[in-house]
Amino acid sequence: MKARHKRFTLLAAGLGALALAAWLVLAAFQKNLVFFFTPTQVVRGEAPQQRSFRVGGMVETGSLARQADGITVSFMVTDTAQRLRVDYRGALPDLFKEGKGVVAQGKLTSERVFVADEVLAKHDENYMPPDAAYALEKAKASRGAPGQAGEPLK
Amino acid sequence: MIPELGTFALVLALCLACVQGTLPLVGAFRGNARWIGLARRAAVGQCVFVTLGFGALVHAFVGNDFSVSYVVANSNSHLPVHFRIAGVWGGHEGSVLLWIQMLALWTVAVAAFSRQLPAAVVARVLGVMGLVSIGFLCFLLFTSNPFDRTLPAAADGRDLNPLLQDLGMISHPPILYMGYVGFSVAFAFAIAALLEGRLDAAWARWTRPWTLLAWSFLTLGIFLGSSWAYYELGWGGWWFWDAVENASFMPWLVGTALIHSLSVTEKRDTFKNWTALLAILVFSLSLLGTFLVRSGVLTSVHAFASDPRRGLTILIFLGVVIGGALTLYAWRAPTVGLGGRFALFSRESLLMVNNVILAAAAGTVLLGTLYPLVLDAFELGKISVGPPYFEAVFVPLMVPLLLLAGVGPLVAWKQASVAGVLRRLRWIAAGALLFAAVALGVLKTSWMVALGLALAAWLLLGTAFELAKRLRRQPAGTTWRARLASPPLGYWGMILAHAGAAVFVLGVTLVKGLESASDHSLRVGDSATLGDYRFSFAELRRVDGANYIAARARFDVTRGDAPVATLYPEKRFYVVQQMPMTEAAIDRGLFRDLYVSLGEAGKDGAWVVRVQRKPFMGWVWAGVLLIALGGALAAADRRYRASARRMNRALATGAPAPLPSFVVPLVN
Repeated sequence: MKARHKRFTLLAAGLGALALAAWLVLAAFQKNLVFFFTPTQVVRGEAPQQRSFRVGGMVETGSLARQADGITVSFMVTDTAQRLRVDYRGALPDLFKEGKGVVAQGKLTSERVFVADEVLAKHDENYMPPDAAYALEKAKASRGAPGQAGEPLK
Repeated sequence: MIPELGTFALVLALCLACVQGTLPLVGAFRGNARWIGLARRAAVGQCVFVTLGFGALVHAFVGNDFSVSYVVANSNSHLPVHFRIAGVWGGHEGSVLLWIQMLALWTVAVAAFSRQLPAAVVARVLGVMGLVSIGFLCFLLFTSNPFDRTLPAAADGRDLNPLLQDLGMISHPPILYMGYVGFSVAFAFAIAALLEGRLDAAWARWTRPWTLLAWSFLTLGIFLGSSWAYYELGWGGWWFWDAVENASFMPWLVGTALIHSLSVTEKRDTFKNWTALLAILVFSLSLLGTFLVRSGVLTSVHAFASDPRRGLTILIFLGVVIGGALTLYAWRAPTVGLGGRFALFSRESLLMVNNVILAAAAGTVLLGTLYPLVLDAFELGKISVGPPYFEAVFVPLMVPLLLLAGVGPLVAWKQASVAGVLRRLRWIAAGALLFAAVALGVLKTSWMVALGLALAAWLLLGTAFELAKRLRRQPAGTTWRARLASPPLGYWGMILAHAGAAVFVLGVTLVKGLESASDHSLRVGDSATLGDYRFSFAELRRVDGANYIAARARFDVTRGDAPVATLYPEKRFYVVQQMPMTEAAIDRGLFRDLYVSLGEAGKDGAWVVRVQRKPFMGWVWAGVLLIALGGALAAADRRYRASARRMNRALATGAPAPLPSFVVPLVN
């Protein structure tokens, strides 16, 4: 085989591999992107029904309840404008607290219950999960009433 | 007083870095021996002053100097002294200082262990490292000085984040940074070679041990971080594909490509441009990783945009380094010859495919990591890219890579016979298929598990076959000891790392495919079952730590009637930061880990308890350690030192100098 042919074959193989990789990536991307919605958006019906997504805001004070099995918990996530019930089976993260920020990932089952398979709380005392802070900011901005979002954001 | 001296030492270090980053480069360009000779002295001086600065910060932490803001933010007088030292790199400023300290140490190591290299080459390499150091020292001094005072002094510190109060915090960041920063040596050698216009086998030989060592450290650093997450985060996960992990994984992938392509450049004098490009990319990704983790961009893109001083500085620095290096590359690379020829089926082409796959893998991680940030920065929506994406992309890419790793060492350089290799592969393929068939038939595993097992067996058998072939090649009558001593360390490194990859794949496949977990609500006296293990909640008591109070449970684990283990998971409460922490308990075994963690307590005394069985978890760690050890062995190969001695002799006896790179293809 001539050197030119060889180089061409190698080049073609390389490009083929890259094309395959690109195709894999885009296909996986399409399927696995997780979008974020605020409780207001979910209540308005903007969130998908079948697909997994994230919702974030504050855990409403006094809303945390453990169900009869002792393992499943439910709590309300609020962006101060709207609220959404979240059910979760398992142990909550250490820094999960009422009145603090939270992000949950899961699916919407019926009209207003979100069944989470993952609950994320903030990492330390200094900041909220960025998505939770975003939800509160957005609700505040849409109402145009400053100073009602509870905890100061950072 | 000491903190001010620390700042002063860093300013002096910056001055010396400026000397190191300019005069030797100019000297090498002009052939001025005195300026060339400055490189080593400036590097040593810079390292001394950086170390003094670092020591001053350690002193402030150990001595509880709460007039320094950074100490207040990351330490507390009740913190045990080893965590106070680890607190030095517990935050942004100290981490950057640690980065600089590592860079200074690598620079001095290059200065010390490159006596045999031409002085001009060393001057260029140290000069480039000096330029990198200037960038980081400026960043530290002008945007994030760890010695800034807070007056009046605080009564006590706000404590180190409890998640970080662990032995992992003492070892993981320094080792990881050793790896990250170590790639600056490969980068500096590549830039030096491009400046000189001489990319050749000698350059690859000089770069190889440094790159292998840095890569080993990075592997070890990732291992330490991952195993730390496994026991400390409390829920049994060990790799989350989050941005911070990806930031260290991308340089690892490209670094893996680089050590393979360097071997081709050294042995066959080809792939030269590609190797130089990889060396630039791997360090760029190290810098990008530093940027991602240290700029605050992950916490919030908008926080980064509204307080842009730090982030913007490091972004500009990133642009200058990467942009400058790539421009130099674009200018110089076309003048480099092609080098040794090779046939379509040869070890060179297989290694080229290896490189393409690894680069593509790094690209997919980069996309998944940066895409959400870019989207968020331009207010195009908030998304996250989680493990499902990375798993969907990674598995199909790793299958051909592992297949290749099993075949590659059996294939000859330059030109190999397809029939010969296929003949050797028969038994390996049969063994791998048999292994998978047994798994499917007897253990009733899923197809994915069978595939993973087949790949692991393929790689392990291929590696063993190659080793056997190599050891048999000695003349008859050679003792086993002599046979084992005959291959160079570099060869043993390759064998060990490939075997490690096989062990790792085996472990990941089994733990991902067969692990089980369940959540229970338990009171003292209750018990839970998982498979054939029974976890009995035997006792709960209060324990007082140095800076926390804890509820410690005792779980007696039995299998049938036989006791297996006693586990003590804890729920801690760190008093200063008012922060609860789950401290899981693990019984590690050769074939499985048992993992118990305490969730929260209910009002009626019932605890949420998660119990898990993780088969072959230890094999994952063993595999990674073997890979790191393989890299270290290869870096220690005598060839890198011996060749230097040979070259000295050649120069001393007036033997002809090595041919310039553009002549080599003509001679070959």
